[in-house]
Amino acid sequence: MDINTLRSVLTALALGCFLAIAFWAYSKGARKGFDEAALLPFSDDDGLPEKREPVDNRG
Amino acid sequence: MQSQASYDYAVVRKFAIMTVVWGIVGMLVGVIIAAQLVWPQLNFHEWLHFGRLRPLHTNAVIFAFGGCALFATSYFVVQRTCHTSLFAPWLAELTFWGWQLIIVLAAVTLPLGITTGKEYAELEWPIDILITVVWVAYAVVFFGTIVKRKTPHIYVANWFYGSFILAVAVLHLVNSAEVPVSLWKSYSAYAGVQDAMIQWWYGHNAVGFFLTAGFLGMMYYFVPKQAERPVYSYRLSVVHFWALIFTYMWAGPHHLHYTALPDWAQSLGMTFSLILLAPSWGGMINGIMTLSGAWHKLRTDPILKFLVTSLSFYGMSTFEGPMMSIKTVNALSHYTDWTVGHVHSGALGWVAMISIGAVYYLLPRMYGKNEMYSTRLITLHFWVATVGVVLYIASMWIAGVMQGLMSRAVNGDGTLTYAFVETVKASYPFWTIRLLGGVLFLVGMLIMFYNMVRTIAGQKAVNAPVLAVSAAH
Repeated sequence: MDINTLRSVLTALALGCFLAIAFWAYSKGARKGFDEAALLPFSDDDGLPEKREPVDNRG
Repeated sequence: MQSQASYDYAVVRKFAIMTVVWGIVGMLVGVIIAAQLVWPQLNFHEWLHFGRLRPLHTNAVIFAFGGCALFATSYFVVQRTCHTSLFAPWLAELTFWGWQLIIVLAAVTLPLGITTGKEYAELEWPIDILITVVWVAYAVVFFGTIVKRKTPHIYVANWFYGSFILAVAVLHLVNSAEVPVSLWKSYSAYAGVQDAMIQWWYGHNAVGFFLTAGFLGMMYYFVPKQAERPVYSYRLSVVHFWALIFTYMWAGPHHLHYTALPDWAQSLGMTFSLILLAPSWGGMINGIMTLSGAWHKLRTDPILKFLVTSLSFYGMSTFEGPMMSIKTVNALSHYTDWTVGHVHSGALGWVAMISIGAVYYLLPRMYGKNEMYSTRLITLHFWVATVGVVLYIASMWIAGVMQGLMSRAVNGDGTLTYAFVETVKASYPFWTIRLLGGVLFLVGMLIMFYNMVRTIAGQKAVNAPVLAVSAAH
Protein backbone atom coordinates (compact mmCIF):
# COMPACT_ATOMS: atom_id res chain seq x y z
CA MET A 1 0.00 0.00 0.00
CA ASP A 2 1.18 3.50 -0.83
CA ILE A 3 2.17 5.37 2.31
CA ASN A 4 0.08 8.32 1.10
CA THR A 5 -3.08 6.20 1.27
CA LEU A 6 -2.31 5.60 4.94
CA ARG A 7 -1.76 9.32 5.46
CA SER A 8 -5.08 10.16 3.79
CA VAL A 9 -6.93 7.59 5.90
CA LEU A 10 -5.32 8.96 9.05
CA THR A 11 -6.37 12.51 8.16
CA ALA A 12 -9.95 11.37 7.54
CA LEU A 13 -9.93 9.46 10.85
CA ALA A 14 -8.67 12.54 12.68
CA LEU A 15 -11.50 14.60 11.20
CA GLY A 16 -14.02 11.93 12.18
CA CYS A 17 -12.57 11.82 15.67
CA PHE A 18 -12.87 15.58 16.04
CA LEU A 19 -16.46 15.62 14.78
CA ALA A 20 -17.34 12.83 17.21
CA ILE A 21 -15.90 14.88 20.07
CA ALA A 22 -17.85 17.95 18.94
CA PHE A 23 -21.12 15.95 18.77
CA TRP A 24 -20.46 14.44 22.17
CA ALA A 25 -19.69 17.84 23.69
CA TYR A 26 -23.03 19.19 22.49
CA SER A 27 -25.01 16.07 23.42
CA LYS A 28 -27.42 15.97 26.37
CA GLY A 29 -25.37 13.31 28.11
CA ALA A 30 -22.32 15.54 28.55
CA ARG A 31 -24.30 18.44 30.02
CA LYS A 32 -24.40 17.38 33.66
CA GLY A 33 -20.69 16.63 33.94
CA PHE A 34 -19.82 19.88 32.23
CA ASP A 35 -22.03 21.87 34.60
CA GLU A 36 -20.25 20.31 37.57
CA ALA A 37 -16.81 20.82 36.04
CA ALA A 38 -17.54 24.47 35.21
CA LEU A 39 -18.03 25.19 38.92
CA LEU A 40 -14.73 23.61 40.00
CA PRO A 41 -12.87 26.93 40.30
CA PHE A 42 -15.54 28.16 42.70
CA SER A 43 -15.55 25.42 45.29
CA ASP A 44 -13.14 27.71 47.02
CA ASP A 45 -12.30 28.60 50.55
CA ASP A 46 -9.15 30.61 50.97
CA GLY A 47 -10.00 31.69 54.47
CA LEU A 48 -10.16 35.04 52.67
CA PRO A 49 -13.27 37.18 52.59
CA GLU A 50 -14.94 36.22 49.29
CA LYS A 51 -17.00 38.89 47.67
CA ARG A 52 -20.06 36.83 46.75
CA GLU A 53 -21.39 33.65 45.23
CA PRO A 54 -20.82 33.05 41.52
CA VAL A 55 -23.86 33.46 39.32
CA ASP A 56 -24.62 30.98 36.57
CA ASN A 57 -24.97 33.09 33.44
CA ARG A 58 -25.86 30.33 31.01
CA GLY A 59 -29.59 30.65 30.30
CA MET B 1 -9.43 22.69 60.94
CA GLN B 2 -5.89 23.19 62.20
CA SER B 3 -4.66 19.76 61.14
CA GLN B 4 -5.84 20.27 57.57
CA ALA B 5 -3.30 19.89 54.75
CA SER B 6 -2.44 22.99 52.76
CA TYR B 7 -1.64 23.74 49.13
CA ASP B 8 1.99 23.98 48.04
CA TYR B 9 2.24 27.68 47.38
CA ALA B 10 6.01 27.98 47.92
CA VAL B 11 6.86 27.15 44.32
CA VAL B 12 3.94 29.20 42.96
CA ARG B 13 5.12 32.21 44.98
CA LYS B 14 8.68 31.97 43.66
CA PHE B 15 7.62 31.56 40.04
CA ALA B 16 5.14 34.45 40.36
CA ILE B 17 7.80 36.82 41.67
CA MET B 18 10.28 35.76 39.01
CA THR B 19 7.62 36.34 36.34
CA VAL B 20 7.74 40.04 37.17
CA VAL B 21 11.54 40.10 37.49
CA TRP B 22 12.19 38.33 34.17
CA GLY B 23 9.46 40.38 32.53
CA ILE B 24 11.41 43.52 33.39
CA VAL B 25 14.72 42.02 32.25
CA GLY B 26 13.34 40.65 28.97
CA MET B 27 11.46 43.82 28.10
CA LEU B 28 14.47 45.98 29.02
CA VAL B 29 16.55 44.02 26.50
CA GLY B 30 13.72 44.57 24.01
CA VAL B 31 13.87 48.32 24.65
CA ILE B 32 17.66 48.26 24.18
CA ILE B 33 17.48 46.52 20.80
CA ALA B 34 14.63 48.82 19.71
CA ALA B 35 16.91 51.75 20.58
CA GLN B 36 19.76 50.12 18.64
CA LEU B 37 17.60 50.17 15.52
CA VAL B 38 16.98 53.89 15.97
CA TRP B 39 20.58 54.71 16.99
CA PRO B 40 22.90 52.08 15.43
CA GLN B 41 25.88 53.54 17.30
CA LEU B 42 24.49 51.83 20.42
CA ASN B 43 25.91 48.55 19.05
CA PHE B 44 29.18 49.25 20.83
CA HIS B 45 30.40 45.78 21.74
CA GLU B 46 30.02 42.38 20.12
CA TRP B 47 28.41 40.98 23.29
CA LEU B 48 25.81 43.73 23.21
CA HIS B 49 25.27 43.71 19.48
CA PHE B 50 21.71 43.61 18.11
CA GLY B 51 22.26 40.17 16.61
CA ARG B 52 23.26 38.75 20.00
CA LEU B 53 20.74 40.62 22.13
CA ARG B 54 17.73 39.89 19.93
CA PRO B 55 17.64 36.14 20.74
CA LEU B 56 18.27 37.06 24.37
CA HIS B 57 15.18 39.27 24.27
CA THR B 58 12.97 36.61 22.68
CA ASN B 59 14.22 33.88 25.00
CA ALA B 60 13.82 36.08 28.07
CA VAL B 61 10.29 37.23 27.35
CA ILE B 62 8.98 33.89 26.03
CA PHE B 63 10.71 31.33 28.22
CA ALA B 64 11.71 33.35 31.30
CA PHE B 65 8.75 35.74 31.67
CA GLY B 66 6.11 33.61 29.91
CA GLY B 67 7.57 30.36 31.23
CA CYS B 68 7.59 31.49 34.87
CA ALA B 69 4.00 32.77 34.47
CA LEU B 70 2.95 29.37 33.11
CA PHE B 71 4.74 27.42 35.84
CA ALA B 72 3.27 29.65 38.57
CA THR B 73 -0.31 29.60 37.33
CA SER B 74 -0.36 25.94 36.29
CA TYR B 75 0.90 24.81 39.71
CA PHE B 76 -1.71 27.08 41.33
CA VAL B 77 -4.64 26.13 39.09
CA VAL B 78 -3.99 22.39 39.07
CA GLN B 79 -3.98 22.28 42.87
CA ARG B 80 -7.03 24.44 43.34
CA THR B 81 -9.18 22.71 40.72
CA CYS B 82 -8.06 19.20 41.72
CA HIS B 83 -8.56 19.92 45.44
CA THR B 84 -5.21 18.45 46.31
CA SER B 85 -1.65 19.56 46.98
CA LEU B 86 1.13 19.06 44.43
CA PHE B 87 2.45 15.62 43.61
CA ALA B 88 6.16 15.50 44.58
CA PRO B 89 6.56 19.12 45.75
CA TRP B 90 10.35 18.64 45.94
CA LEU B 91 10.34 17.93 42.23
CA ALA B 92 8.36 21.14 41.67
CA GLU B 93 11.06 22.93 43.64
CA LEU B 94 13.61 21.37 41.28
CA THR B 95 11.72 22.71 38.26
CA PHE B 96 11.99 26.20 39.75
CA TRP B 97 15.75 26.15 40.33
CA GLY B 98 16.38 24.23 37.10
CA TRP B 99 14.38 26.74 35.08
CA GLN B 100 16.19 29.69 36.65
CA LEU B 101 19.54 28.03 35.88
CA ILE B 102 18.50 27.58 32.24
CA ILE B 103 17.54 31.27 32.04
CA VAL B 104 20.87 32.37 33.51
CA LEU B 105 22.77 30.07 31.13
CA ALA B 106 20.81 31.58 28.22
CA ALA B 107 21.65 35.08 29.42
CA VAL B 108 25.35 34.18 29.45
CA THR B 109 25.69 32.05 26.30
CA LEU B 110 23.59 34.10 23.87
CA PRO B 111 25.56 37.38 24.22
CA LEU B 112 28.76 35.32 23.89
CA GLY B 113 27.51 34.19 20.49
CA ILE B 114 26.92 30.57 21.53
CA THR B 115 23.85 29.63 19.51
CA THR B 116 22.39 26.92 17.31
CA GLY B 117 20.94 29.62 15.08
CA LYS B 118 17.45 28.10 15.23
CA GLU B 119 14.93 30.80 16.06
CA TYR B 120 13.36 30.37 19.54
CA ALA B 121 15.56 27.27 19.96
CA GLU B 122 18.95 29.00 20.01
CA LEU B 123 20.26 27.39 23.19
CA GLU B 124 23.10 24.91 22.68
CA TRP B 125 22.89 21.20 23.34
CA PRO B 126 23.98 21.02 27.02
CA ILE B 127 21.22 23.52 27.88
CA ASP B 128 18.78 21.59 25.69
CA ILE B 129 19.42 18.50 27.81
CA LEU B 130 18.85 20.51 30.98
CA ILE B 131 15.56 21.81 29.55
CA THR B 132 14.51 18.21 28.86
CA VAL B 133 15.23 17.17 32.46
CA VAL B 134 13.31 20.11 33.92
CA TRP B 135 10.42 19.58 31.53
CA VAL B 136 10.08 15.88 32.40
CA ALA B 137 10.04 16.86 36.10
CA TYR B 138 7.35 19.46 35.32
CA ALA B 139 5.24 16.84 33.51
CA VAL B 140 5.61 14.40 36.42
CA VAL B 141 4.49 17.02 38.95
CA PHE B 142 1.60 18.29 36.84
CA PHE B 143 0.17 14.96 35.68
CA GLY B 144 0.93 13.39 39.07
CA THR B 145 -1.25 16.06 40.65
CA ILE B 146 -4.02 15.37 38.14
CA VAL B 147 -3.83 11.66 38.97
CA LYS B 148 -4.14 12.28 42.73
CA ARG B 149 -7.04 14.73 42.30
CA LYS B 150 -10.03 14.56 44.64
CA THR B 151 -12.51 15.76 42.05
CA PRO B 152 -14.29 13.59 39.47
CA HIS B 153 -13.62 16.03 36.63
CA ILE B 154 -10.42 17.50 35.19
CA TYR B 155 -11.19 21.19 34.81
CA VAL B 156 -10.74 22.50 31.25
CA ALA B 157 -7.84 24.80 32.22
CA ASN B 158 -5.84 21.70 33.16
CA TRP B 159 -6.47 20.19 29.73
CA PHE B 160 -4.92 23.25 28.15
CA TYR B 161 -1.96 23.26 30.56
CA GLY B 162 -1.49 19.52 30.05
CA SER B 163 -1.48 19.80 26.26
CA PHE B 164 1.01 22.66 26.50
CA ILE B 165 3.37 20.53 28.60
CA LEU B 166 3.08 17.48 26.34
CA ALA B 167 3.34 19.37 23.05
CA VAL B 168 6.34 21.43 24.16
CA ALA B 169 8.11 18.21 25.19
CA VAL B 170 7.57 16.71 21.72
CA LEU B 171 8.55 19.93 19.92
CA HIS B 172 11.69 20.42 21.96
CA LEU B 173 12.88 16.83 21.53
CA VAL B 174 12.34 16.75 17.77
CA ASN B 175 13.63 20.20 16.86
CA SER B 176 16.64 20.04 19.17
CA ALA B 177 17.96 16.80 17.66
CA GLU B 178 21.52 17.87 16.94
CA VAL B 179 25.03 16.55 16.56
CA PRO B 180 27.47 18.05 19.09
CA VAL B 181 30.97 18.77 17.80
CA SER B 182 32.24 20.41 20.98
CA LEU B 183 30.88 21.44 24.37
CA TRP B 184 29.29 24.60 22.99
CA LYS B 185 28.73 23.82 19.33
CA SER B 186 26.32 21.46 17.61
CA TYR B 187 24.72 21.10 14.21
CA SER B 188 21.11 20.26 13.45
CA ALA B 189 20.37 16.60 12.72
CA TYR B 190 18.34 17.74 9.70
CA ALA B 191 19.45 19.36 6.48
CA GLY B 192 18.05 21.66 3.83
CA VAL B 193 14.34 22.22 3.51
CA GLN B 194 13.56 19.44 6.02
CA ASP B 195 15.51 21.41 8.60
CA ALA B 196 13.55 24.54 7.74
CA MET B 197 10.23 22.70 7.90
CA ILE B 198 11.02 21.07 11.26
CA GLN B 199 12.24 24.41 12.61
CA TRP B 200 8.96 26.13 11.69
CA TRP B 201 6.85 23.19 12.71
CA TYR B 202 8.55 23.80 16.06
CA GLY B 203 8.42 27.58 15.78
CA HIS B 204 4.74 27.86 15.02
CA ASN B 205 3.75 25.27 17.58
CA ALA B 206 5.83 27.08 20.16
CA VAL B 207 3.38 29.89 19.45
CA GLY B 208 0.46 27.46 19.39
CA PHE B 209 1.21 25.50 22.51
CA PHE B 210 3.64 27.54 24.61
CA LEU B 211 2.15 30.97 23.89
CA THR B 212 -1.46 29.96 23.25
CA ALA B 213 -2.59 26.70 24.88
CA GLY B 214 -0.75 27.43 28.12
CA PHE B 215 -2.13 30.94 28.38
CA LEU B 216 -5.62 29.73 27.45
CA GLY B 217 -5.35 27.51 30.51
CA MET B 218 -4.69 30.69 32.44
CA MET B 219 -7.69 32.35 30.77
CA TYR B 220 -10.10 29.52 31.62
CA TYR B 221 -9.28 29.82 35.32
CA PHE B 222 -8.56 33.47 36.03
CA VAL B 223 -11.26 35.08 33.86
CA PRO B 224 -14.09 33.13 35.56
CA LYS B 225 -12.49 33.70 38.97
CA GLN B 226 -12.07 37.42 38.56
CA ALA B 227 -15.51 37.82 36.93
CA GLU B 228 -16.98 35.54 39.66
CA ARG B 229 -18.88 33.61 37.02
CA PRO B 230 -18.37 30.16 35.53
CA VAL B 231 -17.09 30.07 31.97
CA TYR B 232 -19.75 31.13 29.43
CA SER B 233 -19.97 27.73 27.72
CA TYR B 234 -18.09 24.73 29.05
CA ARG B 235 -18.92 22.59 26.02
CA LEU B 236 -17.58 25.30 23.72
CA SER B 237 -14.36 25.18 25.75
CA VAL B 238 -14.13 21.42 25.09
CA VAL B 239 -14.62 21.89 21.34
CA HIS B 240 -12.21 24.86 21.45
CA PHE B 241 -9.58 22.64 23.04
CA TRP B 242 -9.83 19.75 20.59
CA ALA B 243 -10.11 22.01 17.55
CA LEU B 244 -6.83 23.69 18.51
CA ILE B 245 -5.18 20.33 19.12
CA PHE B 246 -6.26 18.95 15.74
CA THR B 247 -5.28 21.99 13.68
CA TYR B 248 -2.30 23.81 15.21
CA MET B 249 0.30 21.17 14.35
CA TRP B 250 -0.21 21.74 10.60
CA ALA B 251 0.13 25.52 10.41
CA GLY B 252 3.94 25.84 10.49
CA PRO B 253 4.57 25.97 6.70
CA HIS B 254 3.07 29.47 6.50
CA HIS B 255 6.46 30.66 7.80
CA LEU B 256 8.03 29.29 4.60
CA HIS B 257 5.85 30.75 1.83
CA TYR B 258 7.69 31.18 -1.48
CA THR B 259 10.71 29.20 -0.29
CA ALA B 260 12.14 25.82 -1.35
CA LEU B 261 9.34 24.13 0.61
CA PRO B 262 7.04 22.23 -1.79
CA ASP B 263 4.07 24.29 -2.91
CA TRP B 264 1.51 21.78 -1.62
CA ALA B 265 3.00 22.03 1.87
CA GLN B 266 2.75 25.83 1.73
CA SER B 267 -0.90 25.62 0.68
CA LEU B 268 -1.61 23.08 3.41
CA GLY B 269 -0.06 25.38 6.02
CA MET B 270 -2.13 28.29 4.73
CA THR B 271 -5.36 26.25 4.79
CA PHE B 272 -4.89 25.08 8.35
CA SER B 273 -3.91 28.58 9.44
CA LEU B 274 -7.21 29.85 8.03
CA ILE B 275 -9.13 27.07 9.78
CA LEU B 276 -7.47 28.11 13.06
CA LEU B 277 -9.48 31.32 13.02
CA ALA B 278 -12.58 29.37 14.09
CA PRO B 279 -11.32 27.77 17.32
CA SER B 280 -9.32 30.87 18.21
CA TRP B 281 -12.37 33.08 18.00
CA GLY B 282 -14.51 30.45 19.71
CA GLY B 283 -12.15 30.63 22.67
CA MET B 284 -12.00 34.41 22.65
CA ILE B 285 -15.80 34.72 22.54
CA ASN B 286 -16.08 32.14 25.31
CA GLY B 287 -13.73 34.17 27.49
CA ILE B 288 -15.31 37.54 26.82
CA MET B 289 -18.91 36.28 27.12
CA THR B 290 -18.03 34.93 30.58
CA LEU B 291 -18.43 38.56 31.59
CA SER B 292 -22.01 38.79 30.35
CA GLY B 293 -24.03 40.22 33.20
CA ALA B 294 -20.87 41.49 34.84
CA TRP B 295 -19.74 44.13 32.38
CA HIS B 296 -20.01 46.83 35.03
CA LYS B 297 -17.08 45.22 36.85
CA LEU B 298 -14.82 46.30 34.00
CA ARG B 299 -15.21 49.91 35.10
CA THR B 300 -13.77 49.38 38.54
CA ASP B 301 -11.64 46.24 38.34
CA PRO B 302 -8.27 46.80 36.61
CA ILE B 303 -7.38 43.07 36.81
CA LEU B 304 -10.48 42.30 34.77
CA LYS B 305 -9.46 45.09 32.39
CA PHE B 306 -6.14 43.32 31.84
CA LEU B 307 -7.82 39.94 31.28
CA VAL B 308 -10.49 41.20 28.90
CA THR B 309 -8.10 43.42 26.96
CA SER B 310 -5.78 40.44 26.58
CA LEU B 311 -8.66 38.48 25.05
CA SER B 312 -9.36 41.35 22.65
CA PHE B 313 -5.74 41.29 21.53
CA TYR B 314 -5.94 37.50 21.26
CA GLY B 315 -8.92 37.94 18.94
CA MET B 316 -7.14 40.60 16.91
CA SER B 317 -3.91 38.69 16.47
CA THR B 318 -5.66 35.40 15.69
CA PHE B 319 -7.59 37.22 12.97
CA GLU B 320 -4.47 38.90 11.65
CA GLY B 321 -2.42 35.67 11.73
CA PRO B 322 -4.66 33.67 9.35
CA MET B 323 -4.88 36.72 7.04
CA MET B 324 -1.08 36.98 6.95
CA SER B 325 -0.80 33.26 6.19
CA ILE B 326 -2.64 33.78 2.87
CA LYS B 327 0.13 33.58 0.29
CA THR B 328 -0.72 36.81 -1.53
CA VAL B 329 -0.92 38.77 1.73
CA ASN B 330 2.26 37.09 2.93
CA ALA B 331 4.03 38.23 -0.23
CA LEU B 332 3.57 41.76 1.08
CA SER B 333 3.95 41.20 4.82
CA HIS B 334 6.79 38.66 5.04
CA TYR B 335 10.26 39.98 5.95
CA THR B 336 8.77 43.32 7.04
CA ASP B 337 7.93 44.91 10.39
CA TRP B 338 4.31 43.88 9.91
CA THR B 339 5.37 40.46 11.22
CA VAL B 340 7.03 42.13 14.20
CA GLY B 341 3.84 44.11 14.88
CA HIS B 342 1.72 40.94 14.63
CA VAL B 343 3.97 39.04 17.02
CA HIS B 344 3.86 41.83 19.59
CA SER B 345 0.10 42.20 19.30
CA GLY B 346 0.06 38.59 20.49
CA ALA B 347 3.03 38.76 22.85
CA LEU B 348 2.37 42.05 24.62
CA GLY B 349 -1.38 42.30 24.08
CA TRP B 350 -2.35 38.70 24.75
CA VAL B 351 0.41 36.78 26.52
CA ALA B 352 1.83 39.56 28.70
CA MET B 353 -1.51 41.10 29.62
CA ILE B 354 -3.18 37.84 30.63
CA SER B 355 -0.07 36.93 32.66
CA ILE B 356 -0.03 40.31 34.35
CA GLY B 357 -3.72 39.98 35.23
CA ALA B 358 -3.19 36.45 36.55
CA VAL B 359 -0.18 37.47 38.66
CA TYR B 360 -2.12 40.41 40.12
CA TYR B 361 -4.82 37.93 41.14
CA LEU B 362 -2.42 35.32 42.45
CA LEU B 363 0.28 37.28 44.22
CA PRO B 364 -1.71 38.75 47.15
CA ARG B 365 -3.28 35.32 47.76
CA MET B 366 0.21 33.92 48.30
CA TYR B 367 0.46 36.26 51.29
CA GLY B 368 -3.02 35.83 52.76
CA LYS B 369 -4.47 38.94 51.16
CA ASN B 370 -7.27 39.48 48.68
CA GLU B 371 -5.79 42.44 46.88
CA MET B 372 -2.54 44.02 45.83
CA TYR B 373 -1.10 46.90 47.83
CA SER B 374 -2.57 49.46 45.42
CA THR B 375 -5.45 48.92 43.00
CA ARG B 376 -4.91 52.42 41.57
CA LEU B 377 -1.39 51.44 40.54
CA ILE B 378 -2.84 48.42 38.72
CA THR B 379 -5.15 50.80 36.85
CA LEU B 380 -2.19 53.03 36.02
CA HIS B 381 -0.22 49.98 34.85
CA PHE B 382 -3.14 48.97 32.65
CA TRP B 383 -3.35 52.32 30.84
CA VAL B 384 0.40 52.76 30.45
CA ALA B 385 0.70 49.21 29.06
CA THR B 386 -2.30 49.59 26.72
CA VAL B 387 -1.03 52.84 25.23
CA GLY B 388 2.39 51.18 24.88
CA VAL B 389 1.01 48.18 22.95
CA VAL B 390 -1.11 50.36 20.67
CA LEU B 391 1.85 52.60 19.81
CA TYR B 392 4.01 49.55 19.22
CA ILE B 393 1.71 47.64 16.89
CA ALA B 394 0.34 50.65 15.01
CA SER B 395 3.84 51.90 14.18
CA MET B 396 4.92 48.43 13.08
CA TRP B 397 1.86 47.98 10.86
CA ILE B 398 2.56 51.24 9.05
CA ALA B 399 6.29 50.56 8.80
CA GLY B 400 5.65 46.99 7.61
CA VAL B 401 3.17 47.85 4.87
CA MET B 402 5.42 50.71 3.76
CA GLN B 403 8.47 48.42 3.59
CA GLY B 404 6.47 45.80 1.69
CA LEU B 405 5.18 48.31 -0.85
CA MET B 406 8.60 49.91 -1.32
CA SER B 407 10.28 46.53 -1.79
CA ARG B 408 7.88 45.44 -4.54
CA ALA B 409 7.76 48.75 -6.41
CA VAL B 410 9.31 48.55 -9.89
CA ASN B 411 10.05 51.18 -12.50
CA GLY B 412 8.75 51.06 -16.09
CA ASP B 413 11.93 49.34 -17.23
CA GLY B 414 11.59 46.60 -14.60
CA THR B 415 14.28 47.84 -12.20
CA LEU B 416 13.54 48.22 -8.48
CA THR B 417 12.31 51.67 -7.51
CA TYR B 418 13.88 51.60 -4.05
CA ALA B 419 17.12 50.20 -2.69
CA PHE B 420 16.84 48.29 0.60
CA VAL B 421 18.56 51.08 2.47
CA GLU B 422 15.79 53.48 1.44
CA THR B 423 13.23 51.32 3.25
CA VAL B 424 15.50 51.46 6.30
CA LYS B 425 15.70 55.24 6.12
CA ALA B 426 11.94 55.57 5.77
CA SER B 427 11.41 53.32 8.81
CA TYR B 428 13.22 55.47 11.37
CA PRO B 429 10.20 57.53 12.54
CA PHE B 430 8.21 54.33 13.12
CA TRP B 431 11.06 52.62 14.93
CA THR B 432 11.19 55.64 17.22
CA ILE B 433 7.46 55.34 17.97
CA ARG B 434 7.94 51.62 18.56
CA LEU B 435 10.71 52.40 21.04
CA LEU B 436 8.36 54.75 22.87
CA GLY B 437 5.67 52.04 23.00
CA GLY B 438 8.19 49.54 24.36
CA VAL B 439 9.39 51.99 26.99
CA LEU B 440 5.80 52.55 28.15
CA PHE B 441 5.21 48.79 28.45
CA LEU B 442 8.43 48.46 30.47
CA VAL B 443 7.40 51.36 32.72
CA GLY B 444 4.17 49.45 33.39
CA MET B 445 6.21 46.45 34.54
CA LEU B 446 8.25 48.66 36.86
CA ILE B 447 5.00 49.96 38.39
CA MET B 448 3.99 46.32 38.86
CA PHE B 449 7.32 45.56 40.54
CA TYR B 450 6.84 48.40 43.03
CA ASN B 451 3.28 47.26 43.74
CA MET B 452 4.53 43.69 44.24
CA VAL B 453 7.25 44.74 46.68
CA ARG B 454 4.77 46.80 48.70
CA THR B 455 2.27 43.92 48.69
CA ILE B 456 4.83 41.43 49.97
CA ALA B 457 6.63 43.74 52.41
CA GLY B 458 5.97 42.77 56.00
CA GLN B 459 3.58 39.96 54.99
CA LYS B 460 3.99 36.35 55.89
CA ALA B 461 3.75 33.74 53.18
CA VAL B 462 0.49 31.80 53.54
CA ASN B 463 -0.50 28.39 52.20
CA ALA B 464 -4.27 28.09 51.86
CA PRO B 465 -5.84 24.90 53.26
CA VAL B 466 -6.74 22.16 50.80
CA LEU B 467 -10.44 22.20 49.99
CA ALA B 468 -12.83 19.69 51.45
CA VAL B 469 -13.90 17.08 48.91
CA SER B 470 -16.59 18.12 46.47
CA ALA B 471 -17.87 21.38 47.85
CA ALA B 472 -19.43 21.99 44.44
CA HIS B 473 -23.20 21.88 43.99
